[in-house]
Amino acid sequence: MLLKFTKKGIYCPAGNFYIDPWRPVGRAVITHAHSDHARYGCKHYLAHHDSEAVMRLRLGSDISLQTMAYGETRTINGVKVSLHPAGHIIGSAQVRVEKDGEIWVVSGDYKIQPDGVTVPFDPVKCHTFITESTFGLPVYYWQPQSLVFQDINNWWKQNREAGKVSVLCGYSLGKAQRIVKNVDLSIGPAFSHGAIFNVNETLREAGFDLPHLPKVTSEYSKKDFQGALIIAPPSVGGTTWLKRFGPHSMAICSGWMQVRGNARRRNVDRGFILSDHADWEELLTAVKATEAEKVYVTHGFTSIFSRYLNEIGIPAGEVKTEYGVEEEDAPANEKKTPADSTD
Amino acid sequence: MKLFAQLIHDISSTTKTNDKLEALVRYFQSAPDDDKLWMLALFTGRRPKRAVNSTRLREWAAEVADIPLWLFEESYHSVGDLAETIALLLPEPAEENEKSLTSWIVFLKKLGKMEEPERKSEILHAWQEFSTRQRFVFNKLITGGFRIGVSKQLVINALAKTYDLEAPVVAHRISGNWTPESTTFKTLIQGEDVDTDASKPYPFYLAYALEDEPQTLGDPADWQAEWKWDGIRGQLIKRQDEIFVWSRGEELMTEKFPEYQILQNHLPNGVALDGEILPWKDGAPLPFNLLQTRIGRKNLTKKILQTAPLVFVAYDLLELDYQDFRQKTMAERREMLAGLISEANHPVLKLSPEVKFIDWEELAAHRERAREVGSEGLMMKKLDSDYKVGRKRGDWWKWKVDPLTLDVVLVAAQKGHGRRANLYTDYTFSVWDGDQLVTLTKAYSGLTDKEFYEVDKIIKANILEKFGPVRTVKPELVFEIAFEGIAESKRHKSGVALRFPRMVRWRRDKKVEEADTLENVQALLLKY
Repeated sequence: MLLKFTKKGIYCPAGNFYIDPWRPVGRAVITHAHSDHARYGCKHYLAHHDSEAVMRLRLGSDISLQTMAYGETRTINGVKVSLHPAGHIIGSAQVRVEKDGEIWVVSGDYKIQPDGVTVPFDPVKCHTFITESTFGLPVYYWQPQSLVFQDINNWWKQNREAGKVSVLCGYSLGKAQRIVKNVDLSIGPAFSHGAIFNVNETLREAGFDLPHLPKVTSEYSKKDFQGALIIAPPSVGGTTWLKRFGPHSMAICSGWMQVRGNARRRNVDRGFILSDHADWEELLTAVKATEAEKVYVTHGFTSIFSRYLNEIGIPAGEVKTEYGVEEEDAPANEKKTPADSTD
Repeated sequence: MKLFAQLIHDISSTTKTNDKLEALVRYFQSAPDDDKLWMLALFTGRRPKRAVNSTRLREWAAEVADIPLWLFEESYHSVGDLAETIALLLPEPAEENEKSLTSWIVFLKKLGKMEEPERKSEILHAWQEFSTRQRFVFNKLITGGFRIGVSKQLVINALAKTYDLEAPVVAHRISGNWTPESTTFKTLIQGEDVDTDASKPYPFYLAYALEDEPQTLGDPADWQAEWKWDGIRGQLIKRQDEIFVWSRGEELMTEKFPEYQILQNHLPNGVALDGEILPWKDGAPLPFNLLQTRIGRKNLTKKILQTAPLVFVAYDLLELDYQDFRQKTMAERREMLAGLISEANHPVLKLSPEVKFIDWEELAAHRERAREVGSEGLMMKKLDSDYKVGRKRGDWWKWKVDPLTLDVVLVAAQKGHGRRANLYTDYTFSVWDGDQLVTLTKAYSGLTDKEFYEVDKIIKANILEKFGPVRTVKPELVFEIAFEGIAESKRHKSGVALRFPRMVRWRRDKKVEEADTLENVQALLLKY
């Protein structure tokens, strides 16, 4: 097999490298900078150019990191390696490996719907496709993002009229960039939580076109926050950090908000269904577009999605990985730090 | 239906009681009267009968969604709510329908009488016309399960606010034996002739649990104490030569208790008693599970009547001679009650005995022997208090005995529903029988959200086998469970049934081998 599933991660024996390993290894090809895919301690990293800034921010500025562009090919011990847009977060890539005409693709995390921030997903034909399945259940389907942002804008306006501050939660790498880029910032003042500020400023310095939002600090008073939009990681929920805003409404942007039980558990006033992962139809579309003869399903609803693929004639198997959180339990991942989470 | 769907959405998307109240008021201000009456019926448990078998509904939904049935079932287990699963899986609606809630209820009633092919085509057609939100509500209506995060008290408060009435007045008006077919919204809420219903009960006064020492209640001479019985709280009413029995859930259950009919000849008209429905034999109450089995039965056979004969243990008098007595003091009501019962002079009607005490220490000593007399603790009531509506602090307190506890091993789990959807929160526990673990009980509550998340993670990593939605789990976790009582049962492998089992502590300090044994359990059974 060109790629093997080992205790340390997805391994290419011919090329002697790993893809998104969860243990320290010598050489790691990284799909994207979320910390369950880009972990500490590897000797050498290879990733997309656009992942560099955040990887250095999170893993240390002195890591040994080489970067490449989408479509560029590098040969490692005779194995051809190239990266292709995954549309998940800035710099996210599918990893294509080829040897002796056999092609495997590792999807990492991905979504198909364009988000205005990332380079949109590009299907890659292959013999074997390793796909995520975070939302691999047919109850998950996403509305076009324009409709979701219409709702978010209206919610902000209504809160302003009611004299409330709008606290909008999303993970600091991914969702936060998508929000600042797509929300209507002409509605009122907007601020970002420190965790989000750090990521956004790092990306801005690296040349990404993102609006600058001041960081919430004690220099600002309640008056400054009047009618404002605050972008924060979900971990602020229920903390004293929120007190400074006075009356506020809190919302979460997440694919899990599709299901009422998940939304109720988060104890927020509003849930916007916005995800950086593929929904059920997108997963199926992506898998079919690869024309793969064999599919391996990783983190998410692995057993369900692979069983369904088998039934529609696409041979598929489940693979246990340490990405995201194993089968189904992602909605309970509040305890993770925002930087750790992928949705 | 749009307004109603909006109401359900507004209520379920907030956790703030005040926002829920506002949403209810908005609904009462804007919906037509017919719809309001049905809404009230649905919110007070008077829902129409389930019109469709849920198995059929699953099949049809899977068919329309074009997915295999197993995938539907998996989706259901993850979403944790059948109505919602269907609403999410169906394709986008073709059009949006504007029919009222009432017209949909009429539709539902017709559904029940249709032949299956027609019923199917009607439902499929209806699904097409709804937005996801309306579909969810519609599915809730046809599946007959309608639990919303709104207490009856909140609905009462919203009505009181909308119509500028006192809450207890509203509570009394919406209680009783009405159905949407038998009344109108106007007569129910604003009507004057509300007393025509002879069966109408009074809203129950409910006690809070005493958390502090009884000394905090002040002078013991201001209080009376009774045993707290473990039966069904009920109201026994005789008006116009007829006996009515209401449960605390305000369900009219007269026919479930034929034993009480005899009291027709022993009680005067215009009487309402508050008390406990209890199985009783040889001068002592029987375990609660006998009553529970009995309530579940459709037909009361002779055998059941013999094994679980009922008495009514009265502790309050709410009405005498058609006069509302609730404003009188506890002491006065108690005195009149005692007189009434001694006059009635029938073994089926008992006066809940007073527990005499001089000081709080003596009362505490009585509490220690509560289980011996078959009660679950004490009730303390202030002698000069009136009979209030709903759960109120101050005048009535329940002081239960400390629960029994056991250390048990988690062996299986199932995902919860509602806000616990997708989380393993419903657990099965075992104790040791030699070197085997035997199933003892299930429990669902008592852990914090944080603990549930943690346990959920451990369970997911330790699943052994799947049986439908149930997962057996590698026995590794020990919990201390508390329960109010223990009784023999043939239904459970362990041979016992626990009353109100819940988790009190996750015993991280204990190894599986240190959990309790079946012998310990049997010892408790002998003792109580």
